[in-house]
Amino acid sequence: MSIDMEQFKVTFVEESLEGLDIMESVLLDMHPGTADSEAIDNIFRAAHSIKGGAATFGLADIASFTHVVETLLDEVRNGDRDITGEAIVLFLSSVDCVREMLSADQNGEAVDQEHIEQVKAGLDKMLNSEPETEAVSAGHNDMLSGALAHHENGWQIIFKPFSGMLRTGNDVVRMFRELAELGEFTAVVNVEDLPPLSDMDPEDAYLSWNITLNGKIDKAQISEIFEWVEDDCELTVRPLEDGNTETVATDVVDDVSEKDPPVDLQVVSPAPERRAEEDRRQDNDRRQTTRKASSPEASSIRVGIDKIDDLINMVGELVITQSMLSQLGEDFSMDRVERLNDGLSELERNTRELQESVMRIRMLPISFAFNRFPRMVHDLSAKLDKKIELTMSGEQTELDKTVMEKIGDPLVHLVRNSIDHGIETPEVRKAAGKSETGVVNLNAYHQGGNIVIEINDDGAGLNYEKILAKAIERGLVGANEDLPEEKVYELLFEPGFSTADVVSDVSGRGVGMDVVKRNIMALGGSVDVKSVPGEGSTFTIRLPLTLAILDGQLVRVGDNTYIIPLVSIVESLLVDEKNVNEIAGKAEVYQLRSDYLPIIRLYEVFDIEPDRRSLDNGLLVVVEGDNKKGGLLVDELLGQQQVVIKSLETNFRRVEGLSGATILGDGTVALIVDVAGVVRLSRDDVRRSNEQIVAA
Amino acid sequence: MDAAQNIAHEIQHDLESDGDQFLTFILAGEEYGVDILRVQEIKGWDSVTPIPNTPEYIRGVINLRGTIVPIIDLRRRFQLEAVEYGPMTVVIVLRVENPDGGKSRVMGLVVDAVSDVYNVPEGAIKAAPDFGSVVDVNFVKGLATLEDVMVIMLDIDRLLNADELSIVAKIT
Repeated sequence: MSIDMEQFKVTFVEESLEGLDIMESVLLDMHPGTADSEAIDNIFRAAHSIKGGAATFGLADIASFTHVVETLLDEVRNGDRDITGEAIVLFLSSVDCVREMLSADQNGEAVDQEHIEQVKAGLDKMLNSEPETEAVSAGHNDMLSGALAHHENGWQIIFKPFSGMLRTGNDVVRMFRELAELGEFTAVVNVEDLPPLSDMDPEDAYLSWNITLNGKIDKAQISEIFEWVEDDCELTVRPLEDGNTETVATDVVDDVSEKDPPVDLQVVSPAPERRAEEDRRQDNDRRQTTRKASSPEASSIRVGIDKIDDLINMVGELVITQSMLSQLGEDFSMDRVERLNDGLSELERNTRELQESVMRIRMLPISFAFNRFPRMVHDLSAKLDKKIELTMSGEQTELDKTVMEKIGDPLVHLVRNSIDHGIETPEVRKAAGKSETGVVNLNAYHQGGNIVIEINDDGAGLNYEKILAKAIERGLVGANEDLPEEKVYELLFEPGFSTADVVSDVSGRGVGMDVVKRNIMALGGSVDVKSVPGEGSTFTIRLPLTLAILDGQLVRVGDNTYIIPLVSIVESLLVDEKNVNEIAGKAEVYQLRSDYLPIIRLYEVFDIEPDRRSLDNGLLVVVEGDNKKGGLLVDELLGQQQVVIKSLETNFRRVEGLSGATILGDGTVALIVDVAGVVRLSRDDVRRSNEQIVAA
Repeated sequence: MDAAQNIAHEIQHDLESDGDQFLTFILAGEEYGVDILRVQEIKGWDSVTPIPNTPEYIRGVINLRGTIVPIIDLRRRFQLEAVEYGPMTVVIVLRVENPDGGKSRVMGLVVDAVSDVYNVPEGAIKAAPDFGSVVDVNFVKGLATLEDVMVIMLDIDRLLNADELSIVAKIT
């Protein structure tokens, strides 16, 4: 076939990952012993389509692996087997394995064969544990020996279709033709079951075949041909010279002896330390995979058809407005000005709506980022021997895809922290009079142009004393300094800061919180923490909804127009001279209620010519960036508008104090002020002038 | 030979003469050349938005059909005497390749006037003599004499490499 399979493969991988997500979430909802048939069906369907797809794309490893999973699931589905806690864990790790194999295939890397073999062995052991279904045990033996088995002499195939097989669209002649391409092909037909002509249904299959296929043939090649019919027939494949003629009702059987149990089984129940180690590695693996997945690969987005329909409607309106305007322009006279204005405002409305809709396409519900947490909490609570319930709200809150991709890792970190440091062990909780089960709550909602994500736990809360002690020890704070609580909690975000008594593999190495903060700041967001001892702590992340557009306040300094992001503006005020103080004749501060703000003269920082240099009655825009406040002195406040952010780096480079540029309505370029950067720059200025003084 | 044949002959000649085409421009009485394939467009001088805390030769940025393009004054870049911009002052918009294989950038050069387009045969460009520390010839590809005029061929990738610009920016 000359169809380019690669294009379908992308879809296959995407769908498989979705299928795995479904399997995972259903498994997590499942309780041992209570097999909800619908849930099992869901998992089974997902596993089945992954298997089918993988076989189609020649991913034999994945296909054979999922086949074992599927067989096991089938038993559960048929009620032959109860779903135990052990089985759930096993299925979950199989989900991981398949995910790993998929991403390994995508990135062209080697998979961790050992890990996969272990899980597979676990599955096999479970299958073996109820040996009443010999068919199945035979099937898995084949899997163990790998799909690569081939035989020098050839194969004997006994193929007995069920009567309905032909109705599924499978054509025996074609299959035989394909078999004949593999080697010397002889088929003996068995007509025993053929009914008299009068009773025959022409659409049913009555024949069976005994096929000999000579030649050096890969067993996988044969299996591939029967891939689509294996559920609709009795099929036995065995090496030609093998004396064992016992017919086994399964898809494939190999010459691996059923008498001696596979050696691999011994590794199934590792000793506890071994398991911990394995878990850790597994964790590392998973972390690596997630990182890999978010790397360069071309990302796509699934858009609801309603969003597309909206867009089409709006483009339709736009076209109508455009034709109306061009008609108007053909013979224009001054008495039609009013209609022109109407048309223009219509155009403005269309454009705005169109812009909003296009932006909405990039918006995804935050559940995409939240979905990984049930699994994580499940694993971690088992590992840490804690009882934890995860609740989530506001999963439908939408946010830009780019922001979502970048917020994933910081969120994971914060949730891990809450579980590891926040929630206490059941005994401690009981002693403190709390319920044994700790609750971690994830909440997301919109507030203004921001999305707010809260991670809340009802654990022990942050230890004020311990953090302070650690900070003093590390020299971040003076020994006798009296700091308000929130300032102390902010120290958590300092690089290398950890108060964990024991460095565990979950957290406590002190790498992370600073990275979390840096990542969030890089997205133009902020993170802060509240905590009540004994009642728990809450981390609150604020992020802009999108990185492409921001609400800006236009300000003028001299001849230049700058844009200050509205999110960083606290307020604007007229300077009252008597509130201005100078420290050492250099640094100016402004007393605003109980706060002292450094005054930042924007014209000095940007080295431009302002209208006025005197502070009295000047305009001060109070801004906050990087948790530091400042008052920017500007000449005039112009207006507020949404601006599209254009990068300066595309054709130039990063400029300190600027976060980008935009194009105003008149086509000129206006620069967007990076508030945190300007605050930093102004401090450098002060420092530099101080140095000059020292030097002089 | 009639006019049409003449033109055809000329075109033929142009096509046959191998070597690259160069656009030349005038700067303080000297003629400089840049590879014409790098030139995106030539536009008149228009006001720019200055960028704070950048070297003086970076005049600012303009909006070129939706992209932000930095504008560099070549006189100031070469530390020549600055002149008032007049009607002949033009901005040559160039594509600058990143030597490290990164994305190419678009930048504008302010020059006194554009001059001509030349076919420069291979081998006509001679290496510039070494002036030691007096003049940095790093961004000079070579010198060529075309129709009795000496043209200084610029290596715009070196000249307009943003990394170099940023280093300069740090020093100043």
